Amino acid sequence: MNNHLADLPAWAAIPAALLLLAGAVLTLIGTVGLLRFGSFYQRVHAPTLGSTLGIGCILLASMLVFSVLESRAILHEVLITALMVVTTPITLMLLARAALYRDRSEGSDEVPPPPSGQDARASGTAPQPQPGLGGGQDV
Amino acid sequence: MILTLLMGTIFLTQIMLVVAMAFATFRVLRGPRAQDRVLGLDTLYVTATMLLLTFGIRNGSILYFEAALIIALLGFVSTAALAKFLMRGEVIE
Repeated sequence: MNNHLADLPAWAAIPAALLLLAGAVLTLIGTVGLLRFGSFYQRVHAPTLGSTLGIGCILLASMLVFSVLESRAILHEVLITALMVVTTPITLMLLARAALYRDRSEGSDEVPPPPSGQDARASGTAPQPQPGLGGGQDV
Repeated sequence: MILTLLMGTIFLTQIMLVVAMAFATFRVLRGPRAQDRVLGLDTLYVTATMLLLTFGIRNGSILYFEAALIIALLGFVSTAALAKFLMRGEVIE
């Protein structure tokens, strides 16, 4: 096995090795932060180091190796890059807002109170809907 | 020489990614609250995607890439559904 990597020239192998190493080190630093930070809102920052720059470095290394080995541009990895760039902020923002909602509904002291006019449901002061509006259309 | 260096680097990368997955698994198992566990799961699947990509480079196969793409896609859906569940108590309302 491993015969395919022997065909790789040095000008492609060394940048690929450096990119792989950089991606792995960034991911490891991110998960160490996930392990050691104190509260959830600090921890939600740490793994994004791996899910943006870390996976970007490894995808670049993969694109470089396969493009040089097959002597044509292999751009499949752009799919994963685009997916990660689009989905990581969405998931983490949903998760942070869910955690904020849970902490506020428990009355935790760690989170700031909801601003007036927004998230009124979380503080238990939801305005009652006006019964007269649109009532004539009910059957 | 170059081959040895590249294979050694790939091995070291895989070791580091497995350690990162172990840290994320620790956070899944010991997370103080549910959102910490979901965050650990999110980190776990991103790291698994990277590990599959390094396996693909090592074996010279495109097939690992397909598996990595599916893990990335399903991981997004599962984390979004879990966050929705934490927020509302149900996924589809």
